[in-house]
Amino acid sequence: MEKDFLEHGLNFNRRRFLSRLSLGLGSVALGSLLVPDIFNGDSSDSGWVPGIPHFAPKAKRVIYLFQNGAPSQLELFDYKPRLRDLMGQDLPDSVRRGQRLTGMTANQTSFPMVGSFVDFKQYGDSRSWISDLLPHTARVVDDICIIRSMYTEAINHDPALTFFQTGAQQGNRPSMGSWLSYGLGSENKNLPSFTVLLSKGRQGNNQGVYSKLWSSGFLDSVHQGVQFSSGDDPVLYLKDPDGMNKQERRKFLDHLSQLNQISYEEFGDPEISTKIQQYEMAYRMQTAVPDIMDLSKEPDDIIKLYGSDSMIPGTFAANCLLARKLSENGVRFVQLYHQGWDHHGNLPNDIASQAKEVDQASAALITDLKQRGLLDETLVIWGGEFGRTNYSQGKWTAGNYGRDHHPRCFSIWMAGGGIKPGISYGETDEFGYNIVKDPVHVHDFQATILNQLGLNHEKLVFKHLGRRYRLTDVSGKVINDILA
Amino acid sequence: MNKKACYLLILSVLLIYGIQACNSTSDDSAEPDIPETVSYNFDIRPILSDKCFTCHGPDGNKREAGLRLDNEESAFRALKDNPGAHALVAGKPDLSEVFIRISSKDTAVLMPPPSSNLKLTVREIGLIEKWIKQGAKYEKHWSFTAPKKAPLPEVDDKDWIRNEIDHFILAKMESRGLSPNKEAGKEFLLKRLSLDLTGLPPGIDLMDSFLADKSQDAYEKIVNRLLNSPAYGEKMALYWLDIARFADSHGYQDDSYRSQWPWRDWVIYSFNKNMPYDQFVTMQLAGDLMPNASKEQILATGFNRNHKITEEGGVVDEEYRVQYVIDRTNTFSKALIGVTMECAQCHDHKYDPFSQKDYFKLYAFFNNVREVGLESDVGGPETYAKTPFIEISNDEVKKILKFINKRDTNRLIVSVMGEKDTLRKTYILKRGAYDAPDQEVEPGTPASILDFDKNYPQNRLGLSKWLFDKRNPLTARVFVNQIWQEIFGRGLVKTAGDMGMQGELPSHPELLDWLAVDFMDHGWNIKRLIKQIVSSATYRQSAVISSDKLKSDPENIFLSRAPRYRIKAELIRDIVLSSSGLLVKTIGGPSVKPYQPQGLWENATSGRGILRTYKQDHGEDLYRRGMYTFIKRTVPPPVMGVFDASNRDQCEVSRLKTNTPLQALIMMNDPAVLEASRVLATRLDTEPAQINEKLIKAFRLIVCRKPSEKEIRLLTEYYKDQLNIFSRQKIRAEKLLAVGEAPFPDKMDKIRVAAMMQVVTALYNLEETITKS
Repeated sequence: MEKDFLEHGLNFNRRRFLSRLSLGLGSVALGSLLVPDIFNGDSSDSGWVPGIPHFAPKAKRVIYLFQNGAPSQLELFDYKPRLRDLMGQDLPDSVRRGQRLTGMTANQTSFPMVGSFVDFKQYGDSRSWISDLLPHTARVVDDICIIRSMYTEAINHDPALTFFQTGAQQGNRPSMGSWLSYGLGSENKNLPSFTVLLSKGRQGNNQGVYSKLWSSGFLDSVHQGVQFSSGDDPVLYLKDPDGMNKQERRKFLDHLSQLNQISYEEFGDPEISTKIQQYEMAYRMQTAVPDIMDLSKEPDDIIKLYGSDSMIPGTFAANCLLARKLSENGVRFVQLYHQGWDHHGNLPNDIASQAKEVDQASAALITDLKQRGLLDETLVIWGGEFGRTNYSQGKWTAGNYGRDHHPRCFSIWMAGGGIKPGISYGETDEFGYNIVKDPVHVHDFQATILNQLGLNHEKLVFKHLGRRYRLTDVSGKVINDILA
Repeated sequence: MNKKACYLLILSVLLIYGIQACNSTSDDSAEPDIPETVSYNFDIRPILSDKCFTCHGPDGNKREAGLRLDNEESAFRALKDNPGAHALVAGKPDLSEVFIRISSKDTAVLMPPPSSNLKLTVREIGLIEKWIKQGAKYEKHWSFTAPKKAPLPEVDDKDWIRNEIDHFILAKMESRGLSPNKEAGKEFLLKRLSLDLTGLPPGIDLMDSFLADKSQDAYEKIVNRLLNSPAYGEKMALYWLDIARFADSHGYQDDSYRSQWPWRDWVIYSFNKNMPYDQFVTMQLAGDLMPNASKEQILATGFNRNHKITEEGGVVDEEYRVQYVIDRTNTFSKALIGVTMECAQCHDHKYDPFSQKDYFKLYAFFNNVREVGLESDVGGPETYAKTPFIEISNDEVKKILKFINKRDTNRLIVSVMGEKDTLRKTYILKRGAYDAPDQEVEPGTPASILDFDKNYPQNRLGLSKWLFDKRNPLTARVFVNQIWQEIFGRGLVKTAGDMGMQGELPSHPELLDWLAVDFMDHGWNIKRLIKQIVSSATYRQSAVISSDKLKSDPENIFLSRAPRYRIKAELIRDIVLSSSGLLVKTIGGPSVKPYQPQGLWENATSGRGILRTYKQDHGEDLYRRGMYTFIKRTVPPPVMGVFDASNRDQCEVSRLKTNTPLQALIMMNDPAVLEASRVLATRLDTEPAQINEKLIKAFRLIVCRKPSEKEIRLLTEYYKDQLNIFSRQKIRAEKLLAVGEAPFPDKMDKIRVAAMMQVVTALYNLEETITKS
């Protein structure tokens, strides 16, 4: 059976893919994905297949802690004392330089600059500036690389999120996780290679997430992100109905397989054998997934590390812990989304609460991966879809103000996976409005991630309707300065 | 297996399939040799287009060394950088710079340059060499010349032929040493027809009457009957809804509700009354511009307003308005003329002869709509359609728009097309950016396809006339190909959305052209076209795959067997509901919200709008056909997505057909499937029949054929085993039966029903059940 499946799987799917791909790349990627056994007899072997990866990978897996709604860089990572001095003064046109504004502030008659309500201090050997809102992150500052010079092209949430995840603001393109699943396949035959975890802040303005963000676009739907949730059914339809148990499910599958086998003998269609095999994988997932989702066996020191929230299913902290487990078990790309950073008003209060919810667990994830020796091969990313303005949206006081969307500069951090630890990269001007050194475009960021996984972003392409598409669309360069 | 052995295995697999892959695009897949006569259209252009045109093609801004290889005149001219040399010298590869550069060992002169990540294969270089030797003759791209009916090809096995289609298919088969499969059994034929024409399984009465009907025209009678069934319009509409990117929400961030469903009712109605394709499309493109436009004609134009519309506060209005026009332009191009015009939004097309100016000329037709980018934030019923919209009164539904299934007396509004009173100027947008207008342009169409007749009005009505001008080389071919794809799972041109230079070449070019011309000659009659296809001997073959055929034609390009593939997501639901007796056959009306796992909408919402929580329907609305399942664009129904349904984000002309473990989980555990199993098991239990007969009935209802003895034996075995299990643990039977909202009759024997339910669920999980074979 296993052999049949291998032959047919290779046969059918390879031919289907090859007709759309430049030979060498996709053909191999595909194999590792559908037939993980022969291509990945042991997980440390992933990536030795000729053609893919394009060069030796630094990272094997990615955990992306997406901060949905756009956290303000000015209250978290980008220290701008001068803004406090300029409190209330109008943003000079010489600084704004015609930057387009969103409809929310376009009609504002003045743009009063506001400094951060919270103080910053320097931490670690790197002496990086971190705000008082992130005391735990401050402790791991020597393990992370802060990029203060990210910029994007979009100024609204939907297109900006879509741009970060798919490399284009519009259009049904594959998500970053789908590209990696497609390029590198799976390390664990019982789990999907791309999983998604959602959480939202207890306060603040939610912006929604969209399952199109983890869509596989024109790639095969095996590369689609699979949402894991904390409820009764961690993966949709995973749980057997009441009245059914493991033993009965096995019996069911055995009968089903015999019936399907009759059909195979009649039709000779390799898809039937593949179908039988897919049921077997589903069966394996039914055991593997709940095992992973079960956080009850985590030792106390781990719970303490991630914080007590990590025991409450569906919180960001619980998802961080889960992300570590999934990643540890070979899930190629774990995508978290945490909603609630869209602080157009009431920013000081809301961002403080939001930061508190994510700070400890984000830092814990780094510490945890490091103590397990996994940080070297796991790339962790923390950041939102754009930044926030240095001027207040609407009325302001020193203790209460809001910030609008700002695409021209914002901060994110990356850690592990061959990224240089303990550095800050890029600089913004004293107003925190424009980048003055080492700008990093979203496509540069994406090119760098692929690079760390051993993939050349210009070569990881898929031909669809006459065009070779890639995650980085038509631009992007690897940021070599942040590579270890 | 050790690493080295594994490496060798992979390498050899790659080699074998690599060779096949290289050929699969050519006309000559079993034969890797270079053909006697090299054809520009079939052998050379695909290579040049894929590997050379990016830098030496239509895009003037990216052209290297001033050399253009897509254009004959330019390719033979002396080289700009080296006037002593020529890219092409007819008959003399050694003097042709093209051949010298592609065959060079020196990476400094090698083309394509290594930095492009592109490489020519040995065969490709050989083809180009031979083509130059044979005179390097150019031809116009096949799809840009009007189709002509070629004489029907001669065949050896004349007895096999049922209609013209078979001439083309068989001739090609014979030329490759293939012979057709024998005709499929009647039960297979009926399931196939029923799924293709109505999307529903045939039902036992129809199976019995067809099996019993020994008359000559039994098959034809069934075809007619199914074509006349109201479910035909639903099945066809499903295909059109993907093209039209129809959904029940506005898309984008807050993704609140839109009431666009009356347009869907019109689509079903139009297919059912067999509205000719030219009229069907013209009404959708330009119904509002027709003289004394009727309400129905205006409603049809909802097609061009099905795109996503933002309700995100704070957007730049013009950015989104432009995006809507772009969406319409791209949809028109992909769906109706099968070209990737969208590539020319930011720059001249890299492969096809469409300039950026061509793009914006086409765009201009759709740029004069009385609309804004952001009409309103999420709000009440007034936001369910966006200006321009029409209001449909109860009176109109009663008198003129009878096909609209309006179920309440609430105000009903639908977004439609409507022109501004003044003309909005159209400019080429630099890099496609909304805020970078360049040269002004007027509405027009790409001359490389067909000139825009000066007598046509320069609006969408004129555009429709251009589209249905019989000299237009694309319209009929594209539609005929889409229908072929619907029925055979693969178009005669595999890339249904791209008949340009980067698209695949037709597997049977003469057949495609014959069908296209025949379709136009017979008044764009859709039912006639479909009947023609399903009446062919080609269609009626069995789907059995012999190992020889699997080897010689794995993709079944030459159709020496009927295709065998998994049906669409929506039809899986239809089979489950229909066979269990749960299906509510109401046609049209607002979309419905059947069972869906909890929290999907709630966890992903911005918290605004009426779609922030999923309010599941009850009663009849739980049992409507899959095509009526509510589509919230940002969180589409999960079952549909796993089975490759479109998320309706943008126009789609073909779906993938994947086979994944998540699909297995759905078939085993989705309450919709389990409830259907319970209901059917209950129904069977009340019938006064032997268990054997009940199992046969269940099998026939679900798999649509009589089971073999072996199959019945296995099912009986499983049934008895389950009966035994549940007798010992009645509580488990009770738990299993407690699924779904359909009532469970009193006084049923729960143990028996539960055991039967398990068998029925197994039948729903059979590969054959959700496969057309």
